[in-house]
Amino acid sequence: MSGRMELLSEQGLRLDGRRPHELRRIKCKLGVFEQPDGSAYMEQGNTKVLAAVYGPHQAKGKKTEGNDLVINCQYSQATFSTSERKNRPRGDRKSQEFKMYLQQALSAAIKSELYPRSQIDIYVEVLQADGANYAVSLNAATLALIDAGICLNEFVVACTASLSKANIPLTDISHIEEVSGGPKLTIAALPTAEKIAFMEMSERFHIDQLETVIETAMAGCREIRDILESAVKEHLIHIGSAADWARVC
Amino acid sequence: MQTLREFTRKTKRGNILKIVREHYLRDDIGCGSDLCQYCFQNEVYQLTSSHEIKSSLFKFPHYIVLDTNVVLDQIDVLEEDVLHNVIVLNTVLNEVKHKSSSIYKRLNEIIHDRTRNFYVFVNEHHKDTYADREPDESANDRNDRAIRMATKWYDSHLQTSQDSKVFQRSGRTVTRVILLTDDAGNRAKAVSEGILVATATDYVKSLEDFPLLVDKLSHKTFQNEKQALPQYPPHLSMKEILDGLRHKKLLQGAFQASRENYLEGSVNVESYQKDILIQGRNSLNRAVDGDIVAVELLPESQWSAPSEIVLEEKNVYADDVPSEERVEDEKEMLQQLQAAPVAERTPTGRIVGIVRRKWRQYCGILQPSLIEDTTRHIFVPADRKIPRIRIETRQADKLLNQRIIVTIDSWPRNSRYPHGHFVRSLGPLGNMATENEVILLEHDVPHCKFSEEVLSFLPKMPWTITEEDYAKRVDLRDLYICSVDPPGCTDIDDALHCRELPNGNLEVGVHIADVSHFIRPGNALDKEAAARGTTVYLVGKRIDMVPELLSSNLCSLVGGVERFAFSVVWEVDHDANILSKRFHKSVIKSKRAMTYEEAQAIIDDVTQTGEIAKSLRYLNQLAKILKKRRMDNGALVLASPEIRFQVDSETHEPLEVEAKQMRDTNSMVEEFMLLANISVAQHIAAEFTECAVLRRHPKPPMTNFDPLIKAARYQGFEVVTDTGLELAHSLDRCVKADNPYFNTMIRILTTRCMMQAVYFISGSLQKEEFFHYGLAADIYTHFTSPIRRYSDIMVHRLLAASIGADSTYAQLLERKSNEEICNNLNYRHKMAQYAGRASVALNTHLFFRDKEEDEEGYVLFVRKNALQVLIPKYGLEGTLYLKSDKDGKDGLERAKSEIIFTFNEEDHTQRCGNVIFHSFDPLTVRLSLDSTNVQHEKLVFKLVKPYIKGFSVETTTEAVTSANAQPPAKKSKKDKKKK
Repeated sequence: MSGRMELLSEQGLRLDGRRPHELRRIKCKLGVFEQPDGSAYMEQGNTKVLAAVYGPHQAKGKKTEGNDLVINCQYSQATFSTSERKNRPRGDRKSQEFKMYLQQALSAAIKSELYPRSQIDIYVEVLQADGANYAVSLNAATLALIDAGICLNEFVVACTASLSKANIPLTDISHIEEVSGGPKLTIAALPTAEKIAFMEMSERFHIDQLETVIETAMAGCREIRDILESAVKEHLIHIGSAADWARVC
Repeated sequence: MQTLREFTRKTKRGNILKIVREHYLRDDIGCGSDLCQYCFQNEVYQLTSSHEIKSSLFKFPHYIVLDTNVVLDQIDVLEEDVLHNVIVLNTVLNEVKHKSSSIYKRLNEIIHDRTRNFYVFVNEHHKDTYADREPDESANDRNDRAIRMATKWYDSHLQTSQDSKVFQRSGRTVTRVILLTDDAGNRAKAVSEGILVATATDYVKSLEDFPLLVDKLSHKTFQNEKQALPQYPPHLSMKEILDGLRHKKLLQGAFQASRENYLEGSVNVESYQKDILIQGRNSLNRAVDGDIVAVELLPESQWSAPSEIVLEEKNVYADDVPSEERVEDEKEMLQQLQAAPVAERTPTGRIVGIVRRKWRQYCGILQPSLIEDTTRHIFVPADRKIPRIRIETRQADKLLNQRIIVTIDSWPRNSRYPHGHFVRSLGPLGNMATENEVILLEHDVPHCKFSEEVLSFLPKMPWTITEEDYAKRVDLRDLYICSVDPPGCTDIDDALHCRELPNGNLEVGVHIADVSHFIRPGNALDKEAAARGTTVYLVGKRIDMVPELLSSNLCSLVGGVERFAFSVVWEVDHDANILSKRFHKSVIKSKRAMTYEEAQAIIDDVTQTGEIAKSLRYLNQLAKILKKRRMDNGALVLASPEIRFQVDSETHEPLEVEAKQMRDTNSMVEEFMLLANISVAQHIAAEFTECAVLRRHPKPPMTNFDPLIKAARYQGFEVVTDTGLELAHSLDRCVKADNPYFNTMIRILTTRCMMQAVYFISGSLQKEEFFHYGLAADIYTHFTSPIRRYSDIMVHRLLAASIGADSTYAQLLERKSNEEICNNLNYRHKMAQYAGRASVALNTHLFFRDKEEDEEGYVLFVRKNALQVLIPKYGLEGTLYLKSDKDGKDGLERAKSEIIFTFNEEDHTQRCGNVIFHSFDPLTVRLSLDSTNVQHEKLVFKLVKPYIKGFSVETTTEAVTSANAQPPAKKSKKDKKKK
């Protein structure tokens, strides 16, 4: 394992100066666009993502068959999002994969029984990529869904975790930590219900450590949920102040 | 809790990229001082007021901040337990890590030693000490500024803490923070910023209590040095080297100095099959053995051949300018070299730059100086590949007859020798303990005592087997298990049994000490064992891999005591066909621990009909069948001269030398160990396709066999080397009636053609590459000696995990980390072997001190100016010079007597008059020890028979010759390293 870089210094600091359990700085904003039904902007460290939601509207085309809600996602990564210019923003395998994962995680959160024969479109655009792209995209999508007023069971949030050489779990890993070769575990969870909607892992590590890494990622999810929740409240106060009802909150 | 600032960094990766990374600045990083009243301290105070150093430069208590250059150059000073209360900034730590990993490691060791009070301050992430890189500022300048900023912050931070009334009332002097830096520019800036600053040299000199520390200062330049003329061409700058490499004008490789000729070396370049030859002082251009260098290939017309001349540097003195004479000498040698025939020429180059220095610490002695009371001395390293080193010391008188350690600091152009400084003394010359220490250090064998932490993981004594243990293991205490080992062996790791089953078949069991039961993965004991990798055997001394409690007691399968074992049990028929096998952990009680000799005696003694005798006879029968089967498969029987010393138990000086003997029982034990290893290898490779630890022995490339084929052809034998089987057969055919030792010599030569066997991880290679050439086995591993080899412990763990006897753990299944451990093991094994040989050589020298003996020997090789002679009795190899260096006295005399040897390139013979020396010819030589050079005592071979007038020594005592004239006992020993 020592072939890769040490992710945690002996002084207990990570490469960017965080302690193992610390998240990156999170900034988020709801309702950044007017055209879509819901939108959000999310920043987690240097990873910056825009999400827009259209719907629910009547399902079109072939998708009309069956009674279920169709969740249609699109994941795209701006060509300028990485330090080396990307060739195509979407359609590559990675984007396709992320799109499926987004659908999977969101379908666990959306109260689909309320929207039969309808479709919800979720567009995610990564403006700047610095690790945990999927997790931040999902968080932004959640905010956009909330902004669109779509009923959710709960906040669905994602967080990543890794493992240092000394087997200390690390929360919310950045790009440099990702490429330094540690294992990367992504979890999308419903934190209050303590349910995991989606889990993905790259690189192998021993089963003994899996539990602690999952727990770390879950703790990260809970922390992110709190941040998102307060952002939603703040947003409501802001937009509700015109109608004068926000003060009651 | 956290503030943040972002910063940009540009890196070059072919094209220029802009990389943006977050950089969090924190307010929770403590200053680590017990004076501080503000910082949030999450650790124990590292900087305490209990250690104060008296310095005439700073007459108040102070903490020291080190600049990177001080750490890099003066690590030996830092390692001395003198400096305390040192602040290591993480800027410095990173720079050191980047520049030299070995110094980084040493620095880390100091930091971890809590008694030294070194505190790592993460200034890069502290909100007050972070320095943003300014436009047009170089990375170096920024780091210097960061260091100054941190120093300044520390000083003022502590001032405010010490401003309080409580502190003032206590009447203590205010503690300040000083910066040590050898960079003049940095120093000047520091002074202007009001920082207390000094050079490392000035500071160390100002220490009142430690005057001798000055010796350990590194010298980039010697003081009062007259600016002598440059003696070497300049090195290219790093940029020029990189450009050259990119445009394929230069080649990069590791430099290897020649052991025999100080003006020659070679560079191993990856893209070249042959090493690139480097000849002459200017071409070598200050490269030291091991350095990674940039080489420029010379035009083909200037290519040359490696000289077969042995050239040693004559005595030199510290203030000596190279004399005209010597320069002439060198020129002449080079001319001689370039006259080499075209066919022999190999790519030749010259070194134009150093990519990375691989300087380490060198053992050696001080050369007595001609001038009295000088502080400047010449140090002669024990390793001949290393040039002499100039050092400065004030304690030369004391050090003169001691083995000392010196390290190189620099090698300027105008100095013939590199500059260095004294590190420490090992002990008086000629003392057995000192000499062993030198061997261990030179071969990088970790040999310090086991630390308290390591020992804390040993089982508590008295150790007993609990009911729980019995329940988990198969009880084999009633079986007639016995062990067979060399005499005096205390780390017995294998035992055997064989019994007849009711169905008429035989049950054979190999029981291996269960070391992995005691060494749990990941703890300090395990890490130490992994780092050591192997037990090292020197003559009369053993450097254990695991603490003695385990190696000689709890794990050792001594007779009559209950021990844990890992057993491999086969059911075989009487023709040694394996019908079934099983692995399990067990409890055994060895009935008897025997030596090979005792076991042989029991087998041979027909009156013995006990269970042990029966068991041994069965084993012996089976072993013979197994051996035959193996030979038929193409396993090689190789030979290497091996000897044993009888060592005086008091003085540890060798009393008697004997060649190791092979008995049937040796090969009996060996056969079953091989069988166990192969069985285990098959099992773990099947269970763990990715991460099993295996051992392979690659087939040597055909060209390796050339010298062997040539040598055999002159004797009229054809050696076929296409496959192992053919080689084995053709070796068997090489028998000469008149030269009983001929076959052994051929086998010795074959051994030298072989590659090293290595450990590897099953996932890293294709199945076909697992092959073990020497043993002709498809798959092989080491399972049978866990007390003395770490590889076996790993194999034990894998096997235990696969049969459910033990749990797996993260590292066990990690291919990368296993690979790294394997690399270390391969290195340690090689070094342990070399150390063992060096120890034998040392003892041979001691044995021949004040002795002269005439011995039967054989010519192993014929060289241009010498014969390589093998003395079977001592397993000794040495050089008989036919043309000595011409400035030697002998040479002059010989020149007068006109004894001229002519070397025949064609059939590799030396002729003098009517005497012709071929390879493998028997001769008699007189052995004596040449102690003129205290450091490199060497055995001198002089010819006795065949007698050449004027060259051979006169036979003084007829008796001696006849006593030793009997042909030595024929012996063949399987090469130990492959076991």
